[in-house]
Amino acid sequence: MKLIYLITFLFSFNAYAGVEVQTFDNQQQEQTYKKLVDELRCLVCQNQNLADSNAELAQDLRKKIVEMIEAGKSEQQIVDYMVARYGDFVLYRPPLNKNTFLLWAGPFLILLMGLIVLAVFVTRQKNRDKPSLSEEQQQRARKLLDEDEGDD
Amino acid sequence: MTRFLLPLFGFIGLVVLLAVGLKLDPREVPSPFIGKPAPAFSLSHLHDDTKNFSPAKMKGKVWLFNVWASWCVSCRQEHPLLMELAKSKQVPIFGLNYKDDQNNAMLWLKQWGNPYQASAFDPEGGVGIDWGVYGVPETFVIDQEGIVRHKHIGVLKQSDLDETIMPMVKKLQSTGQQS
Repeated sequence: MKLIYLITFLFSFNAYAGVEVQTFDNQQQEQTYKKLVDELRCLVCQNQNLADSNAELAQDLRKKIVEMIEAGKSEQQIVDYMVARYGDFVLYRPPLNKNTFLLWAGPFLILLMGLIVLAVFVTRQKNRDKPSLSEEQQQRARKLLDEDEGDD
Repeated sequence: MTRFLLPLFGFIGLVVLLAVGLKLDPREVPSPFIGKPAPAFSLSHLHDDTKNFSPAKMKGKVWLFNVWASWCVSCRQEHPLLMELAKSKQVPIFGLNYKDDQNNAMLWLKQWGNPYQASAFDPEGGVGIDWGVYGVPETFVIDQEGIVRHKHIGVLKQSDLDETIMPMVKKLQSTGQQS
């Protein structure tokens, strides 16, 4: 039984062979690569980044990134390269421009709307708590209530 | 009265928003190439290694650039439409044979017909990346100046041709004659 476990464990390492291994000359390049594949979207499976996706296009783009890094291209140059081909959509963190304004400002606008609704609600509630009787009417009411208690 | 109207309007607004959202196709990523010069390349013809195809050679003509592959199942779907369009000779169609095996590709064309005046052979997919291709089939409309005018992602339907692509081609062709 132990032997079977051992064999299973041994063969389970084969799973890693599916993902290509990238080696770089220096730490800096590796960092850039990791950051890029993390932040660029795979356009085939749109909810995955390049690092997660095993689609062919993602493999090709990873290969392209490695080539570009090895050619000494900067991170910004590689991002520009991808954006020129696939548009801002390829970025998981889209830039702030007029197309994406609502995307970035939306949460704050909704927060503002919520605050306004809250303020209106609170002031209304406050006004309702305020007695709407005049001083004279209040005295009369008190008197009536006192009389009531006296009867008990 | 407003007590009831306000939520009602809110609800209607939400329904409209969601209905529109349902109709949108997230796969249709707007191409950054629209209105820009088509990326240059030079690849050998699928059928003839000695000949090269490059978009620059197409200057002065409106043409369609269709990305296809023999392994692409949905390419089969739009294929009869392309055949018909090629037969009508309204607009030249060129192909980009994307990440394919040369023999398979030629066999595919032999079997189903060849609507392309020529297909550029791109086994590594490098040109595909340059053109921002991410899902085969894709179809580009390119004008006389070599500017990309339109990109269609996915299978072409008759309605796409009738409503978008052909009117655009016709318009581009007529403006070309005037100038």
